[in-house]
Amino acid sequence: MKQYLSGDEAFAAGIRLARPEVVSAYPITPQTIVVERLSDMVEDGSLDAEFIHVESEHSALSCAIGASAAGVRTFTATSSQGLLYMAEGLVYASGGRFPIVMMNANRSTALPWNIYGDQRDSLALLDTGWIQAYAENAQEALDLALLSYYIAEHKDVSTPFMVNLDGFILTHTYEEVDVPEQADADKFLPHYETENCFDFEHPKNMAFSAGPDTNYIFKYKEHAALLRAIPVITEAEQKFAEIFGRQYTGLIDTYKTEDADYILITLGTIAGLSREIADKLRAEGKKVGVLRIRYLRPFPTEEISAAVKNAKAVAVLEKDISFGNAGTVFTNVTSALQAAGLNIPAYNFIGGLGGRNISHADITDIFEKTEHGTERVNFIGIEVQK
Amino acid sequence: MSVTAKTLDTNEYFYGHKACAGCGGSLAVRAALKVLGEKSVAVLPAGCMSAVGFNFPQLCFSNNAIISMFAGTASMLTGVEAGLRRRGITDFQAVGFAGDGGTADIGIQALSGAIDRGDNILYICYDNEAYMNTGIQKSGLTPFGAKTTTTPAGANIHGNIRPKKNLFEIVAAHDIPYAATATVGYLPDFLNKVEKAKSIKGTKFIHVIAPCPTGWGIPVSDTVEAAREIVDCGLWYLAEYENGAFTLNRDPKEFTSVEDYLKRQARFKHLTDDDIRVIIESRDKKWEKIRSNWKTKE
Amino acid sequence: MKPFVREKKTFGFDDVPEDTCYEAGYLVTINAGWRSIRPVINAEKCVGCSQCYLYCPDGVIAIKDGKAVVDYDFCKGCGICEKTCKIGAIVMEDEQK
Repeated sequence: MKQYLSGDEAFAAGIRLARPEVVSAYPITPQTIVVERLSDMVEDGSLDAEFIHVESEHSALSCAIGASAAGVRTFTATSSQGLLYMAEGLVYASGGRFPIVMMNANRSTALPWNIYGDQRDSLALLDTGWIQAYAENAQEALDLALLSYYIAEHKDVSTPFMVNLDGFILTHTYEEVDVPEQADADKFLPHYETENCFDFEHPKNMAFSAGPDTNYIFKYKEHAALLRAIPVITEAEQKFAEIFGRQYTGLIDTYKTEDADYILITLGTIAGLSREIADKLRAEGKKVGVLRIRYLRPFPTEEISAAVKNAKAVAVLEKDISFGNAGTVFTNVTSALQAAGLNIPAYNFIGGLGGRNISHADITDIFEKTEHGTERVNFIGIEVQK
Repeated sequence: MSVTAKTLDTNEYFYGHKACAGCGGSLAVRAALKVLGEKSVAVLPAGCMSAVGFNFPQLCFSNNAIISMFAGTASMLTGVEAGLRRRGITDFQAVGFAGDGGTADIGIQALSGAIDRGDNILYICYDNEAYMNTGIQKSGLTPFGAKTTTTPAGANIHGNIRPKKNLFEIVAAHDIPYAATATVGYLPDFLNKVEKAKSIKGTKFIHVIAPCPTGWGIPVSDTVEAAREIVDCGLWYLAEYENGAFTLNRDPKEFTSVEDYLKRQARFKHLTDDDIRVIIESRDKKWEKIRSNWKTKE
Repeated sequence: MKPFVREKKTFGFDDVPEDTCYEAGYLVTINAGWRSIRPVINAEKCVGCSQCYLYCPDGVIAIKDGKAVVDYDFCKGCGICEKTCKIGAIVMEDEQK
C-alpha cells in the first residue's frame, strides 16, 4: 500500500512489519518520531510488543541485550550523543552476538551542539562490530527494517545491525513509500529462533569473560561472522525481491561507473543529488559516475575496487572527519584500492557537517577537482591557503 | 513458610567460583539463589561476583546467569524479564546481584528507572562498602572514616570524609512494592526476605551487608561475625519497606561497642576517639529517627 | 545439583562457541590448592545443625546422614564453619599435617 511517510515513519512502519517483541528506546532528535510511532502502534494494538520506557540510551541497549538474551526479537533507536552514550553496549551486543536491530538517525556530535545531520556519530563507532547500513530514501529505510532482521538473525551471522538514516534530510522528509502487507512480511521474515539465550531445560551462563587463551578465538569468530554477512545480504535481497518486487544491490550501488573516468563515492541521501550532477556532466561529455556505499560494515573492499578499477581518479564525499587524519569512509576506500593494487588518485571531500547544505555547485566542484587534482583532504566551503 | 537451614534447597547454584576465601558477597549470592532456585535468571554486572564466577570455560552458576554492563544491572533485568515473559514463561524470577558501587553509584540511574517502571524484578545489592574488585576504592556506600585506596588515612584526612549514602531510603522513596535491608551475618533473616520478595509482584530491592575480608582488613574466618557485629553495634539495621511504611525488624535494647567493631578492622584502625565519637553520634541520630518514625516488629 | 568438574578442560578453536553462551555450571578447575588449613569435622560431636552448611560462602559443606561433610575439592579453608559451629565439632587443621 502506497503511503506518504517521512523516513522515521517509514522505518517505524517497517519495524511493525518485523514484529519485534521488545522495544526499548529513549527519545532524541531526530529519532523521536520512530519511537513515537511505535508507541502509537503498541497503543492501538497494531504492534504486539513490550515498549520499555527506559531512562537513558545506555539502558535502552542494555535492556535490548537482556531481551535478546531471553531469546526474543528486539529493537532500539537512537542518534548522535545517544549513540555515543550507548557505545559500551554496542561492543557488548556484538561480542555477545545478539542480533539486535537499531535505527540511528545520523546527527552531528557535540561540541558545538547541533541537532542536524552528519555522519560522525555512527562512523565514530564503525569498529564496534555492528553491521552498518546507510539508507538513501524512505523506501530503502523501510525495506532495511525488514532486511536487517533477516541478515542479523541469520544463523551464519548472528550480529547486531545498525540502520543509518541521515538526520532530518531523510528522517523528516516525506516521500511516497510502498508499505508491504503483513502477510508478505511474515513470508519474508521468519519468527526469531536462537540458542543464544536462556534455557530452563539446559541452563546457560552468558556474556562471560574469556581469558587470553580463548579471547582471540571469540574475536576471530565475531569478525568471520561479520564477513559471512556478505553472502547473506545477497540471499536476503534476492528473497526480498521475489516477495516484494524491489531488488537491492548488495554492499554498494553504482551509477554509470562502468565507463567512468571520475567516480564520486559517497553514502546516504547525498547520492541522489550526486547522480543528478553526474547526469548533467555526462550531458556535457564528462565521463563521470557515482558509487553509493550501502554497507560500511561489512566493508565492500572487493566491490569498490572492482567498480573503480578503470577510473582515472575517485572522490569520496562524506559527512564525517576523523580528526587528525581524513574522513573514515575515505580511509576505508583507500585501503580497498590499496588491497586491489589500484594506484588511482583519491580525494576526500568533507561536507555537510552540522547539517551544512551540500549544493549542486559543491558536487560539480568535487567532480572538477577530482579531474584536475586537489588536496588529499578537502573541506567543502573552506579554501585552505597554500 | 519460613526458610531455615533445614528447609533450604540443597542444590548449589553458585559453586566452584574463584571468590577470595571468606567472601561475604559470594555467600549472599549463594544463599539467595538457594531460595530462588533453578527458575531464577541471575544478572550480575561487572564486579567481584561476575569476575569470579564467569571465566569461560569455568562457569559457576548452575542456573541461567549473565553478566551485564556495569551500569546496566537493572536495565538488563528489565529486558530479561520482558523477553522471557514474551516467550510465555511466567514462573521465573529475574534477580540482579550488584555490589555497592554497581548499585549506589554507577547503576543507580538504571535501578531508579526500573523501579519507576514497576518492572517485575528482584534487585539484590551485596554491599561490601567499597569497589573491592578493582582494589578497594571508595564507593557511595563506603562508611565515614573507612580507609580505602582512594580515601587514604593520613595525618590530614582520616579516610572517607562522607557518610554512607542512604540507599535503602532512596530506593523506598520510589514507593517500591518491597525493599529490605539484611546482612549475611543473619542469614535466616536475609533468606526470608528473599522468599518474601519472590512472592511480591513488581520491583523488589534487598540491600545486604556482605563483608570483604580483604577490603575490611579482617581474618577470612571473621566475615560472618563482622556481618553480625555491624548490626549488633547499630551501624546497620534490619528493616523492611512495604505498603508505604518502614518496619524495623530488630530493635536492640543495647548496642554492642562501636569501638570494638571498628578496631577489629584494619580499614578503621587509624580512627581517633573524636572520629569514633562522630560515628557513634551519627548512629544515635539515625536510630532516634528510626525509632520515632518506623514501626517495630514484636 | 551443582556445578561440577567436566572432562573437557581445554578449548581449542572448534570448541570455542560462536557466542558467549555456554552450558551453565561447567567447571574445569578445583579450588583445593588455595587452602593452607582445612576444616575437619568431628563426626562424634557433630549434631547436623546445618549452621556450617548455611554460612559456607563456597557451599562446600553438606549434611549427610545427619553429619556435616566437606567437599575438599572446593573448600578454600576460610574457617567460617569453625566459627559458626557452636559446639566445636569443626577444627581447622594445617594442610601439611
